[in-house]
Amino acid sequence: MSALDNRSGEPSHYSRVWTFRTPRARLALWGGWLALVALFVWCWQVMNEGTLWIFVADAPDQAMDIGSRMFPPELAYIAELLMPLWDTINIATLGTLGGVIMAAPIAFLAARNTTPSVLLVRPVALFIIVASRSINSLIWALLLVAIIGPGLLAGIVAIALRSIGFVGKLLYEAIEETDHHQIEAVAATGARSAQILHYGIVPQILPAFWGIALFRWDINIRESTILGLVGAGGIGMKLQSSIDTLAWSQVATILIVILATVVVSEAISARMRQALI
Amino acid sequence: MLTLDKLTKTYTQQDTALSDVTFQVPRGQVVGLIGPSGAGKSTLIRCINRLVEPSSGRILLGETDLVNLSSGDLRQARRRIGMIFQEYALVERLTVMENVLSGRLGYVPFWRSFTRRFPGRDIENAYRLLDRVGLLEHADKRADALSGGQRQRVGIARALAQEPELLLVDEPTASLDPKTSRQIMRLITEICAERQLPAIVNIHDVPLAQQFVDRLIGLRAGRMVVDDSPMSLDEAMLTEIYGAEDWNTSEQDDDPDPDDRSQGPMRVAGTAT
Amino acid sequence: MTAKTSYPRHWKRPPQLVTTRRWRLALPLLILSYLVLAVGSLEIDVERVIEGLERGARFIQGFLQPDFTSRWGDIRRGLIESLTMTLTATVVGVLISVPIGIGAARNLSPRPVYLVCRSIVAVSRSLQEIIIAIFLVAMFGFGPFAGFLTLAFASIGFVAKLLADDIEEADASQIEAIRATGASWWQLIHFAVQPQVMPRLIGLSLYRLDINFRESSVIGIVGAGGIGATLNTAIDRYEYDSAAAILLIVIAIVMLTEYGSSYLRKFLQ
Repeated sequence: MSALDNRSGEPSHYSRVWTFRTPRARLALWGGWLALVALFVWCWQVMNEGTLWIFVADAPDQAMDIGSRMFPPELAYIAELLMPLWDTINIATLGTLGGVIMAAPIAFLAARNTTPSVLLVRPVALFIIVASRSINSLIWALLLVAIIGPGLLAGIVAIALRSIGFVGKLLYEAIEETDHHQIEAVAATGARSAQILHYGIVPQILPAFWGIALFRWDINIRESTILGLVGAGGIGMKLQSSIDTLAWSQVATILIVILATVVVSEAISARMRQALI
Repeated sequence: MLTLDKLTKTYTQQDTALSDVTFQVPRGQVVGLIGPSGAGKSTLIRCINRLVEPSSGRILLGETDLVNLSSGDLRQARRRIGMIFQEYALVERLTVMENVLSGRLGYVPFWRSFTRRFPGRDIENAYRLLDRVGLLEHADKRADALSGGQRQRVGIARALAQEPELLLVDEPTASLDPKTSRQIMRLITEICAERQLPAIVNIHDVPLAQQFVDRLIGLRAGRMVVDDSPMSLDEAMLTEIYGAEDWNTSEQDDDPDPDDRSQGPMRVAGTAT
Repeated sequence: MTAKTSYPRHWKRPPQLVTTRRWRLALPLLILSYLVLAVGSLEIDVERVIEGLERGARFIQGFLQPDFTSRWGDIRRGLIESLTMTLTATVVGVLISVPIGIGAARNLSPRPVYLVCRSIVAVSRSLQEIIIAIFLVAMFGFGPFAGFLTLAFASIGFVAKLLADDIEEADASQIEAIRATGASWWQLIHFAVQPQVMPRLIGLSLYRLDINFRESSVIGIVGAGGIGATLNTAIDRYEYDSAAAILLIVIAIVMLTEYGSSYLRKFLQ
């Protein structure tokens, strides 16, 4: 209180305790952290009820064993991998193509400024996007293999269905970010709505569109390498059969090929994006 | 001939942007619309081609009442009204030629605009307009490669490509330097005189307006407070429009806030005359 | 500026992207021949696909009338495994990422430490979750523990990389200023780096939590536990209504975590 009595306006002494936050905020913060720790411990226990710790203890030996079998990789096996690799690239490319073709109209239906109806159409389009995004392409492939049988087609459709959500989301955000004035100016000339779309909006989103499509293609190459694990064709089929026969040196070769493919596709998509934008 | 009759725009119950605006613009007349920011200048212009929906009143372009048109008829009517925008509003990633040809969108079917196969007459006319605004050699450049003044010329050519019966001009010089501003204003008034086009030019720069327009209309809080020839505009009228201010003091003498200069109505008085 | 009397009546849009004539002709041909080759190597079994359409219809029916009840016990177990795996993996992954992220920041760490940390990040990022899961299942046996390790390992690459990039982008002048006071390395981290990076770290962790849940629904397919295993069984048995129920639950939880984490991120920053 003495500080308040001081006429000169300066307190006669300063508090020697300095804290970063108010006591209440600190309490809440500590409470939050404590709750997180408790939740973690509980989750850990629930999760490991069924864990056989003998296997876990055994893991380093297993790792050593697998590691020694993987080395040296069976490089001659590469010759057999070329056709599956070609299939994998086709799955990614055709899948991306299909996904982009389906995603573009959905993006226009989902964007607030181009949707025909905010109340009816937009929620449906948004649900398609969310559903496609939430389900991993491997799960799509699992479903499609069960429905249309194993093979490349299931892989392509799986990749396409997964791409709709990704491309659709980024594209509709790009549509919503377009410059309103350019669209207004085209509308003011008496253009039809299809013409407004084509002259006012499409030129503005085209660079984003190419960027998104290439980005997704790059991701799809990665994802299509493993679709074979559930029977959807490509190099993943080889991976599955090598694992089933415990041919670890072949597995190592396949992993090297996959890694190389991913690196090359990343470089290609980066180069093309630079050229296009 | 354009007639506005008791044009009113209310956004919400309290917020009235325009109230009972009534005036006529005969052929060939260039009307300058002045007033402080927020007075409703931009709303007025956008109500005429219904980029903003008017609340009540009539807008007659020739014989048609623009206020009650269906969307199909509105499109037909918009073709007759050319508009020039403040920030040019060109489609930045299209070429200059495509921007000019976009003025013909209302006249050509979708497949023609989609394949960019416009009728020969439209193309010839577009070249003529580009020559008129002095950009013939820039036809194949992309719009975002041009300077501000050049872009506004493309905007003018686009509006003229519509072969309009009325020109709406929204702050054509707001983003331009004083010299370019004068060039653009001169071009607009010359073209209106050549084609006997009526035009409404929304402009905040009073000396520039005085120099180029045939008639000045002053808006304050959505109401018309002045309608006179630019020569007779005096201090009393400026006070009527903008509120009290010492209008005679030149800016070089004592302008305490340099950022505020662009808002001052007498801005170019010292440099331009 | 002399006004001409006649102007051309034709105009062609100048090519924007491919400017050489040879490429303009070759490119469509190349693309077309690729498509022909690719589609040609498809080998579609038409009969099988037609047969599949009927199954597809059943699956869509299942989506419209999902069956939550008959496999509820399995679904519940799978969900709990997935959720616990997600949380523990995120916590452990983030805890390990922090030192690795600091180590992988060029402006804070000596060169050898930097290189080691960056290579850990690179390995973790370049291997897919599912491939890591295959190996870890082979080493640790089936079940959620392998899944937990997979997600934790994948989280390290993700969080440490973005954290390191963030530290490298952090305002150098603030770090300079603290260094100038004669602070030790630990004090430097605490006073100059942590305040700048902490909000981002929390955001990244929440984002990763979201990703980990999505991934946890996948790695079950190769035996790493969680809802993915339940889904796999349902599809193998052609129980499309149960599979649809599982997928709907996954979609709902993903939406929930996504909105929840973006809300929390806004709230915390």
